[in-house]
Amino acid sequence: MAEAAPRLRWQCRRGMRELDELLKAFLARGYAQLDEPQCAAFERLLCTADNRLLEYLMGRCPHPEPELADIVARIRHAARP
Amino acid sequence: MKIARRKFDALVIGAGGGGLRSALQLAQADAKVAVVSKVFPTRSHTVAAQGGMNAALANVTPDNWHWHMYDTVKGSDYLGDQDAIEYMCRAASHLVIELEHAGVPFSRLDDGRIYQRPFGGQSQDFGGEQAARTCAAADRTGHAILHTLYQRNIRSRTHFFDEYFAIDLVRDAEGYILGAVVLEIETGEPLLIEAKTTLLATGGVGQLFRTNTNALINTGDGIAMALRAGIPVQDMEFFQFHPTGIAGKGMLITEGVRGEGGYLLNKDGERFMTRYAPHAKDLASRDVVSRAIASEVREGRGCGPQGDHVLLKLDHLGDEIIRQRLPGIRDMCLTFLGIDPAKAPIPVFPTAHYTMGGIPTNRHGQVVVPHGAGAEEPIPGLYAVGECACVSVHGANRLGGNSLLDIVVFGRAAGNHIIDFLAENRYHRPLDEASVEQALARLARWEEGGDGESVDQLREELQRVMEAYCGVFRDQATMAEGLAKVQALAARLPDARLADRSRVFNTARIEALELENLMALGLATVASALLREESRGAHSRIDYPERDDLRWLKHSLYFADGRVEYKPVRTKPLTVDSFPPKPRVY
Repeated sequence: MAEAAPRLRWQCRRGMRELDELLKAFLARGYAQLDEPQCAAFERLLCTADNRLLEYLMGRCPHPEPELADIVARIRHAARP
Repeated sequence: MKIARRKFDALVIGAGGGGLRSALQLAQADAKVAVVSKVFPTRSHTVAAQGGMNAALANVTPDNWHWHMYDTVKGSDYLGDQDAIEYMCRAASHLVIELEHAGVPFSRLDDGRIYQRPFGGQSQDFGGEQAARTCAAADRTGHAILHTLYQRNIRSRTHFFDEYFAIDLVRDAEGYILGAVVLEIETGEPLLIEAKTTLLATGGVGQLFRTNTNALINTGDGIAMALRAGIPVQDMEFFQFHPTGIAGKGMLITEGVRGEGGYLLNKDGERFMTRYAPHAKDLASRDVVSRAIASEVREGRGCGPQGDHVLLKLDHLGDEIIRQRLPGIRDMCLTFLGIDPAKAPIPVFPTAHYTMGGIPTNRHGQVVVPHGAGAEEPIPGLYAVGECACVSVHGANRLGGNSLLDIVVFGRAAGNHIIDFLAENRYHRPLDEASVEQALARLARWEEGGDGESVDQLREELQRVMEAYCGVFRDQATMAEGLAKVQALAARLPDARLADRSRVFNTARIEALELENLMALGLATVASALLREESRGAHSRIDYPERDDLRWLKHSLYFADGRVEYKPVRTKPLTVDSFPPKPRVY
C-alpha cells in the first residue's frame, strides 16, 4: 500500500503518548509494506479502546486474532530505534 | 462567507472527563447539548490518567475533607485559591460514589468498600501520618471514568461532533460568548455552532515541550482560543515536570525505579546526584533531580552523540528483580528503546507533564476577567474546566490524584451553573457576523500559496526552545534569551505555508492551527516565568531560590498583547479558617 490515507493518520491520534509514538513510527516505517487485507486488519486494530490497545502494543498480552497479532508485531518492530 | 449553522443551548468543546461531566449534567437537565471533539471522545487524554482520584472516604486510614484541603493548599505552595479547594475537597466523596453508581469499577477492599491507595503529599491530621486517599479502578481509572461518562452521555442524547476542530469563539460587542466556529476535519468545511453558553474543556498544553508525557492532541487549543478572545491566561509559568522521561520521547519512567535502587549517571560515569543532594541522592525531590539532570546536560556532561540526556542505571538490580518489580518499565524500554534495562542503562531527561495554569475561572467554572481594583467579573456565556482552566485548585503544583477530581468536581459545578444561566437566558442572542468573519479569516490564512516556512519545522524549534530555555532550569538570562527566541519564532509563523491545501481530511491544516495555539502559549509561558522572581512549586529559579510571599503570593495574568498583570490569591475558604503560608517541607 502507498502512504496511509489522511483519515487513517488521524485515527492514529490517541489519548496516550505511548500510542501516539508507536503508531506514528508505524505510519512512517511499516504501513507502506502492508497489503490490502493487512491494511484492513490495521484499521480494525485502531478501533480497539486505548487501554486495551496499549496492552497489545506494549507486548503485555497477545492479541487473540492471528491477523491482528501480526499487525501488532509489525507495529512493535517499527517502533524499535 | 456563507457557512453552515447549528444551534444548541450549550456547546462543550473537548470530550475528556471535564467536558463530558458537564455535558452529562446538562443533558440530564434536558438542555440541548453539543460536544465538539477533535478526536473520537474516548481517545481524549483523560484515558491516560492511571493514578486515581482523591477523596477523603476514610476507608483505609482515618481521613476527612479538611485534611485533604490542607494537603492541597500546601501542595499548591499556597498559590491555590482556598475557596475552590474547599469546594473540591468537600465534594470529592460524594462524586466518587456517584461515579461508582454510574458504573466506574473502583478497586475494592475485602469488605466491599472502595480501596484507597496512599500517594505522595497525602497526610492525616494536617501534616501528620501518611493518608491513603486515592480511589482507583486498577491502573485504568481515567479510562473507566471517560468510558462511563461517554456512555451516559450517549444515553442522555448529548449530540457529539466527533473529529471537529474548534477554530475560535464567537462573541458580540457586549462581550457575550455566542458559540464557536469549528471545522469538520473530514470535509474541511467550517461550521458555526451558536450556543447560549460555551464551555472550554480542551486539556493542557504538554506539546509545548520537546520531551513530554502528553498525547499529541494536547496543544492547548481552548487556552489559546480564550487568549485570542481577549481573555488573559493565568499562572502559565507553572508547569509540572517529571525528572525521568525517556530522552527525546517523554514517556514516564516512574520514581519507583530509583526507589528500587536505580541511579543516574553522566557521560563520565559519575553518579552526579551525590553533588546536588549528598544525603537523598537519587531520591531527592522531583524538582531537585530535574534541575540536576538539566544542569549536567547544559554543562556538557550529557550522554549520547548530542549530549542531550543522562543515563538511569538499574542493571545492577538483576533481571529477576526488574521483571518482578518493574515489569512496566521493562516493557517500555524494550518497546521504545530496544534495550533490556537488565543489560543497559535507560537514557532519560525531565519530561513535561501537567499545565497548572490556564483560563481563569471561579469555582462555578465561569471564566472571569479583571474588573477594577482586585475585582473580577464573569464573561457572560463562557465557562472552562479541567486542565485548560485555572480555578485554581493546583496553584503552583498539582498533587497526584487531584486532576481527575478537579475535572469531575468542576465539570459538574459548571454544568449546574449553566443550567441556571439557561433558565435566565432563554433565547439566543443576535449573532455578531463580524466575529464569525474573524474566526473564518484565521482559517483562510492557511489557504495562502507559495513557498514558506514548514509547520513541522517551526513546531520542533518551538519545542526545543521551550525545553532548553523555559524547562526545569530557569534563570533571568536563560529565560530572557528564550523569550527573544520564541518571539523570533512567532514572527516567522505568518510566513509558514501548507504544501497541501486540499480540504478533505487535511490533517496538515489542523497541525498548522495547533501550532498557532502552541506559539501563543509558548509566549505566555516564558513571559510569565521571566517576570516571576521567586521559586514556588513547579516554578523553580536558580537566581531566586526562595518563595517570596511578600511580593509574589499572587496569580499572574498574561494578555495576548504581551502585558502581564497580577491578581490576589483567594486565601479565604468558604467556611473554615485560612491556611496561612508556611514553609513547604515534607
